[in-house]
Amino acid sequence: MQSTTLILLLGFMATAAFYFGRGRSLSLVGGPGHGTALHSLPGYYGYYVAIWVAIPALALLLLWVMVEPKLIVTLVVSGLPEAYRDLSPGELNLLINNIQNLASGDVVSVAVDETLQAAANQFNQYAAQSRQILAVLALGFAGLGGAIAWRRIHPDLRARNRVERVIRWFLIAASSIAIFTTVGIVLSVLFEAIRFFQKVPITEFLFGLNWSPQMAIRADQVGSSGSFGAVPLFTGTLLVTAIAMVVAVPVGLMTAIYLAEYSSARVRATAKPLLEVLAGIPTVVYGFFAALTVAPWVRQAGESVGLEVASESALAAGLVMGIMIIPLVSSLSDDAINAVPTAMRDGALGLGSTRSETMTKVILPAALPGIVGGILLAVSRAIGETMIVVMAAGLAANLTANPFEAVTTVTVQIVTLLVGDQEFDSAKTLAAFALGLMLFVVTLFLNVIGLNVVRKYREQYD
Amino acid sequence: MAKSKGQTTREKVEAGLPRRRRKELMFKFVGMLATTVGVVFLGVFFSTLIAEGSSAFKQTFMKLDIELAEDVIAPGGELDLAYADFDGLVRSALREAIPEVSGRRDRRELYRLVSVGAAYQLRDLVEANPELVGTKQTMWVPASSNVDMLIKGNIDAELDESLRPISDKQIAWVGTLQDDGRIETRFNKALFTNGDSRDPELAGIKGAVMGSLYMLIVTIALSFPIGVAAAIYLEEFAPRNRWSDLIEVNINNLAAVPSIVFGLLGLAVFINWASLPRSAPLVGGLVLTLLTLPVIIIASRAAIKAVPPSIREAALGLGASQTQVVFHHVLPLALPGMLTGTIIGMSRALGESAPLLMIGMVAFIVDVPGGFNDPATALPIQIYLWADSPERAFAERTSAAIIVLLGFLLLMNLAAVILRKRMERKW
Repeated sequence: MQSTTLILLLGFMATAAFYFGRGRSLSLVGGPGHGTALHSLPGYYGYYVAIWVAIPALALLLLWVMVEPKLIVTLVVSGLPEAYRDLSPGELNLLINNIQNLASGDVVSVAVDETLQAAANQFNQYAAQSRQILAVLALGFAGLGGAIAWRRIHPDLRARNRVERVIRWFLIAASSIAIFTTVGIVLSVLFEAIRFFQKVPITEFLFGLNWSPQMAIRADQVGSSGSFGAVPLFTGTLLVTAIAMVVAVPVGLMTAIYLAEYSSARVRATAKPLLEVLAGIPTVVYGFFAALTVAPWVRQAGESVGLEVASESALAAGLVMGIMIIPLVSSLSDDAINAVPTAMRDGALGLGSTRSETMTKVILPAALPGIVGGILLAVSRAIGETMIVVMAAGLAANLTANPFEAVTTVTVQIVTLLVGDQEFDSAKTLAAFALGLMLFVVTLFLNVIGLNVVRKYREQYD
Repeated sequence: MAKSKGQTTREKVEAGLPRRRRKELMFKFVGMLATTVGVVFLGVFFSTLIAEGSSAFKQTFMKLDIELAEDVIAPGGELDLAYADFDGLVRSALREAIPEVSGRRDRRELYRLVSVGAAYQLRDLVEANPELVGTKQTMWVPASSNVDMLIKGNIDAELDESLRPISDKQIAWVGTLQDDGRIETRFNKALFTNGDSRDPELAGIKGAVMGSLYMLIVTIALSFPIGVAAAIYLEEFAPRNRWSDLIEVNINNLAAVPSIVFGLLGLAVFINWASLPRSAPLVGGLVLTLLTLPVIIIASRAAIKAVPPSIREAALGLGASQTQVVFHHVLPLALPGMLTGTIIGMSRALGESAPLLMIGMVAFIVDVPGGFNDPATALPIQIYLWADSPERAFAERTSAAIIVLLGFLLLMNLAAVILRKRMERKW
């Protein structure tokens, strides 16, 4: 039986259980007219039975689906002839893959011999058996649960409280997913990064000046030892981020000031949504624009004044990234400026200062913590931005501070290392996770500080 | 009045006024300039996009009189679709249309005027109507992408022959075809009905759109209930303790974690550990769920906060339990705000590409995916792939795909705005 059919069947059983449970509770007290003799509303007895039917069976189903593939593989492998059992893990994996492909009727990479065919048949047989056992067990669990709940129904049963407790646990589980996600990110990145640092010393990674992450197929190949010094990536990331900030911070800040202080209501009502559109454009679109429109333009402009500009210059990527970040900076600055009490502004204006003086000498100093927090968030966003740099920045790791040269960034390298075929124990693939760890730690640090500063600052004037 | 250097304070202030007014004007001007930067960029961006992409919605077609020769398609009276030389039929029709071509090299150049899609079209036609075998059909078949670019004016015919992908002879033949009324530009249906292809004139976005659709279905089915449940717990039930604080800090941080890190998580957990299939919309949807959850939770919490406490108190006063208060009263009132937040989260998920690169969705996939486990790409990834292709015709299609993507995003945001406007309640 397919698991979808099984789930549908369980859903049907739970629905039926609801009506049976409700009917049972009412008939115990002598019909619909006597509902007040029950502890809870009749519906809650229905839900109570339904929960008993559905949840144990679904839990079993989930567990089964997780354990089943590995169990079947182990069984099939243990049934293989002696000769196959001494294979190296990689070869064994390949063999298992072939058996699975043969079993599902896909293309197989080796000649099919009798052992393989037998193993594939065995595989299919185990899979069919497993599905049968699962169906019987799940339906059995559902029936058993239903029977237990059915017997427990009694006018004094606190059915509402029990149902509400289950709901409460579901809500807690849902809100804990955020924590599991963070833990998952940290663990998945950390484990692979630790494996990487076993192959490449962490000092070389953090302080090495040479990045060329190829691994040799044979030991005697030229350049067989890839070098994993990530400093050029860090400087490249910083260069692009700095260019983006040079664009985004003044423009975003001045936009916020102009819209808050000078513009008419009509201008504000049109300009603000337009800037929000800027924030809603997908980054891949910015990347396309950077690579196909801005980069050639920067190159031409540079050449017309006699500068040599790489076609994948850091400048083009940084400029476009800066434009992408303008709305973020301007909206966070806007919040910070608006949080400054009007009394301070009115006081400054009343003493005869012009509006620009009020702004630069009174409001901005007061709003500075909020603005700085916003800028930190913007920097974190720029560091983690991927598509623009993947499409518009280069791949070669240059250690340079010249914005007209091509540089590469941490995110670009993660993408190039992980896109395409990969094996999971080469330093090349694991390097991506080490870079991911760096990225996560740095952005987390910036986010925590930025969010805290912004929040503290808001509370200060509340 | 204090005096210094023979000036009153008033005089001093007045002396400074012109300078201060100039500064004020400058400041205002700089502010205006900054505001226009964003708006001007938006204008330039959309105008180049439309100028570049609008031509991709049209496609050049060629009228050919194709002889469906029986000995080619059905040798021995039996239909042989797999091995029949449909290309040959198209070629002979082309030779017929321009009879003056002779010599192998010239002929080969001539054949390049028509797309390989012409043969597929022919095969589909014969498959659908076997009775047509032996007749002569007048058909509009797609021209090759170079002819298409020439007709649309994207290839400069004045350029030196070696600098353009189409030769002088080919241009002359296209001219002959045009004079015969055999060339026409029509609406580019293939863009919306085909999957990806190596040939620009046959490449379409249907596969990518379906991939995105399957992913969004997974995302919304998971992230909406989970996000709403988490928001309800945090706003209505959570005790003020360290665990709740931890959850809260986590959610705020996750909202700002770079999306590519979620891709790494997906690769390590869903693909390596749980061995789910690569390139599948299911895995993409799971990753996007984790990515959009913080957005939905934050929006849902704001919506719950906006429900006035008097409603809760009234229900509690009438004897409802806390759970009943939440599910019978607070949730229905907060739902419009939650839905708005969900739509915004979905529009972010639709435009996201970096995490999908990590889980193998960046592959050349011709078939339109038919389920959650089929290999697929997404619309933003298709844009990324096409943007990397060197052919001029793909640049045009990239812009068209971007226009479609932005159209979807616009629709979603419009829906969110309308929902907010119509359902919003003032208390």
